[in-house]
Amino acid sequence: MIRSCLSALLSHWRRNPVQLFAYIAGLALATALWSGVQAINSEARASYQAAAATLGEGQNDLLFPKHGDHIPQETYVLLRRSGWLVSPIVSGRLNDVRLIGIDLVTSATGLASGGEALESTFIGSDRLLANEETALRLGSSLDITVDASIASGIAIGDIGFVQQLLGRDYLSHLVLLPDQPIGQPALDTIAPNLRLQSALTATNVAELTNSFHLNLTAFGLLSFAVGLFIVHSTIGLAFEQRRGMIRTLRSLGVPLHTLVILITIEMMMLATIGAGFGIVLGYLIAAFLLPDVAATLRGLYGAQISGTLELRASWWVSGLLLGLVGTAAALSSQIWRIAAMPILVSVKPRAWLVATTSRFRLHSIAAAVLLCATVPLALFCDGLLAGFVLLGCLLIGAALALPAITAYILTLLQKHTVAPVWAWFWADTRQQLPGLSLALMALLLAVSANIGVSTMVSSFRLTFVSFLDQRLAPELFVEVNSADQSVALETFLGSRKIEILPLLTTQVTMLEQTVALYGVRVGQTYRDHWVFLDETPAAWDLVETNNAVVVNEQLARRADLWVGDLVQITTDLALPIAAVVGDYGNPQAQIIMSENTFQGLHPEIHPLRFGIRTQAAAKLRLQIIELVGIDDSAIIDQAAIKALSLNVFERTFVVTSALNVLTLGVASFSILMSLLTLADLRVPQLAPVWALGLTRRHLGWLELLRSVILATIVFVCALPLGLALAWVLLTIINVEAFGWQLPIYLFPVNYLQLGGYALVAAFLAATWPAVRLISTSTSTLLGIFASER
Amino acid sequence: MQVSVRLLVFLLLWPFGVMAQGFSGLGAGAEGFDKPAPNLVFNFPTDHGAHPKYRIEWWYLTANLNGPDGTSYGLQWTLFRTAFAPGEAEGWQSPQIWFAHAAVTTPDLHFATERFARGGIGQAGVDINPFRAWIDEWALDGVDLDTLTLTANGSDFGYNMSLQAEGPLIFHGDNGYSIKAAGGQASYYYSQPFFQIEGTLKLPTGDIAVTGSAWLDHEWSSQPLSDDQSGWDWFSLSLLGGAKLMGFQLRQVDGSLYNSATWIAPDGATTSYGDGNFSATSLLISDVADRELPTQWRIKLPDRGVDVVVTALNPDAWMGLSIPYWEGPVKVSGSHTGQGYLEMTGYE
Repeated sequence: MIRSCLSALLSHWRRNPVQLFAYIAGLALATALWSGVQAINSEARASYQAAAATLGEGQNDLLFPKHGDHIPQETYVLLRRSGWLVSPIVSGRLNDVRLIGIDLVTSATGLASGGEALESTFIGSDRLLANEETALRLGSSLDITVDASIASGIAIGDIGFVQQLLGRDYLSHLVLLPDQPIGQPALDTIAPNLRLQSALTATNVAELTNSFHLNLTAFGLLSFAVGLFIVHSTIGLAFEQRRGMIRTLRSLGVPLHTLVILITIEMMMLATIGAGFGIVLGYLIAAFLLPDVAATLRGLYGAQISGTLELRASWWVSGLLLGLVGTAAALSSQIWRIAAMPILVSVKPRAWLVATTSRFRLHSIAAAVLLCATVPLALFCDGLLAGFVLLGCLLIGAALALPAITAYILTLLQKHTVAPVWAWFWADTRQQLPGLSLALMALLLAVSANIGVSTMVSSFRLTFVSFLDQRLAPELFVEVNSADQSVALETFLGSRKIEILPLLTTQVTMLEQTVALYGVRVGQTYRDHWVFLDETPAAWDLVETNNAVVVNEQLARRADLWVGDLVQITTDLALPIAAVVGDYGNPQAQIIMSENTFQGLHPEIHPLRFGIRTQAAAKLRLQIIELVGIDDSAIIDQAAIKALSLNVFERTFVVTSALNVLTLGVASFSILMSLLTLADLRVPQLAPVWALGLTRRHLGWLELLRSVILATIVFVCALPLGLALAWVLLTIINVEAFGWQLPIYLFPVNYLQLGGYALVAAFLAATWPAVRLISTSTSTLLGIFASER
Repeated sequence: MQVSVRLLVFLLLWPFGVMAQGFSGLGAGAEGFDKPAPNLVFNFPTDHGAHPKYRIEWWYLTANLNGPDGTSYGLQWTLFRTAFAPGEAEGWQSPQIWFAHAAVTTPDLHFATERFARGGIGQAGVDINPFRAWIDEWALDGVDLDTLTLTANGSDFGYNMSLQAEGPLIFHGDNGYSIKAAGGQASYYYSQPFFQIEGTLKLPTGDIAVTGSAWLDHEWSSQPLSDDQSGWDWFSLSLLGGAKLMGFQLRQVDGSLYNSATWIAPDGATTSYGDGNFSATSLLISDVADRELPTQWRIKLPDRGVDVVVTALNPDAWMGLSIPYWEGPVKVSGSHTGQGYLEMTGYE
């Protein structure tokens, strides 16, 4: 019995392959985008963790030189012999790879901690450890042991060997080990030139890039929601169409619980297949996007991510579970309905449709509660969780409110109509709402998600493009090692009348935090390229004449100091803030002042970093290497970085548009399925109208019109919802998560285009049912009167 | 014969796999390193210093101490040197690795910590004139080996001591050439077991002024021992009247034992005893660090009329470091009374 029962159930899908496709495709879509995004995120996080574990960064306090980037080796020995347990690190770049020299004997991950974390294959050896990708970049002349656990773009070697490779005899920084001994003298008395950076304030790559990953996650979640709505509506339709079969099976004596179990097994089996496809698809999406994401993160934050994707249980299991749980949720209400409905009634689809209207009221009340809740959430609640709750309330509330709003609009239209055909049209449309509501909700979510996400991505892009213009304006960026090199470079460039932008920098502790002080040579470049969040008129003039400073948003927010406020830089010097600059993805507070002001405070500091304005970057680069003797690895072609980053944004855009079309396509597919299902049920309703004199062609056109009108109503609702979504993501969630706000930019043309897509999608979805209606034989219509069900 | 035991401490307890991989050559035997040979004429103070052409070396100090209220304490300070290639070089290219253990044992508490350093950069080493053995801020130093100060600090304890030798150096085996096994493995080995020691223990409960006696070993070699030994139990006892006894038993994998002992008369005259003279039988097993360890022993050396019970001052004297082992002060009662140190390894 079970076998024949199962085969009867499955025969439905054989007869309705399109529905089967919708079900599996909906789930696959939901799972694919979610797990794809999760795959990228988990790959990135694994890379950050590898980097943190490799370097011990973010776990231990570090000692840096107060000035410059050199710690003499004697200082290290002196500290150890004074009872300060530190481990030396030397780091530098070679072939665009960050070389890190560690002393495994004293390192926090080495022998001193039990020697488990890293193999000690390289103590005193001429060998480097790196992952495969990085090993290739370093070339074959070095002895490299491939170790997949090492973060991308990093090669680790014994400190002695790395010093040799970099041509140095000094250290870059010291790692302060946990469990320092008793009886230490104060750090100042042993090494007054070192500065302690606590692990908590250290620049953490994971933190830097959180914003980026949050945006991806939000997108994944929204896509998942759209996919689930599709699944929900497909399941609803499939059950609706199988009521007859279920009644037959039950009449034949199949017990209800057997039927329920079989249906559950059947649906979950299909769901597993769908989710499985989704995970494969997600993997492909992630593999396709990862190189771009990696390039973006590297270009923007210097964060290295492995370009290859690993199949991690964390994302594919979560994707599969989410897909199955979503299906189970959609399934449970249907099964409950089957179980609760008497055998004979269950075959009448109209009964179900009428029954659902009473749910309208319930939904409307729930929608009202949820939407009302968003106001206090937005106004009074803090925290990331509240942000996500707000997002959830907004989306679910809006979706639940949609049928009621649509019904209200239709009622209004009906009231203002005199012509009987139109009065019938509005009433008929309203009557179809329950059957279409899930499909319409899916369309609403798809359109609003597209509006929200494209607003977010575009705002992100616009902001970052201007940020890149601002920060990467000089074509070349040179980092020198010594004051001598610094002078030589300035002399060389000065003699050639090339604009040079020295960047003086040091870290100080003020306003209860570590603040980076920058001294800049104010010129046309800064005036042209820097965009401020807030400014006084002629801000750069004030900075240039040593009368003001510019601070970044991070400092402004944390210290609550804004334009016009005084910043106490030293006990003797307080300057007003001339402007606040957006500094995206940087957790550190910054104060930017003129070169002269900076040198007045720190005369001993020479500029070690320079921006250079030139039209002939490649040629100048060669000259600097040959004539000034600066190492090639110390010169960065910023134009190339900028071009790469912009290119990445363009490609992100292409991907976003592709996803827009895809989600809209699936939503319209859902409308098509709903309309097809309703078409058969509606023949009895249409027959009297036809008998009253409306031609089948006329009725077909009305069908198309109905679909477009409904899509228009949905779009009108989706526009504010999408903008609200973007607002929550950019203004609330971003600030809660990262302490800085992305400005919202609006793109009306894009929205209209999206609306156009939605209408076209709805039109296309209605075409087939309309054509079917037009070609319905008159005998079928006449037959209705003969065989009233 | 203390020499072989200390060598084993190092070789068996060190995470050997890591060593064999990392310190290339160590696992492969003594190729390239000098090997101890008989009839060495020791040259002091040079030989108090490091011998980088040999693979391994240590300066090992233990002390039995008493506080002002008569409470007993124990103290350990050990500097180890190991090389993955013979010889010395400047800077990070030095093939020498240094590490050190420090511990303080009270009747109820045991504190232990360790340090690591690379050779060649000045973070650790041994100078001879004046004498200074150091790693980080830990140091055993003085004008010569007779008058020394000693410091070590961990995160929750430390000590500052001064030592004065009141007897001659003791040369074990054949004038300091100490054969350790039938296979011919040997080391150079001498001791200064006659130190008077005083100073301050820094404990979480406060500083404690202490006095007592200390025993320093200096030993170097190149040859690992065979791997058919599962561990050992080693005793160094200072008996009332001034005589001292060092004895150990080596536990073979097959269950058999190999015993050895040195009797040191109050004037420093030594007598060595081969297998079969010295015996140690466990009397009491304690649960320590998730394993069972004998913390009370019956020791016999019939030739000297020794039949004593040796009891750990604190059974929990577990050295939970990169090389884990048990080492702590003991009390001696029976035919003789006194105190000393016990070291036990290889109890899994």
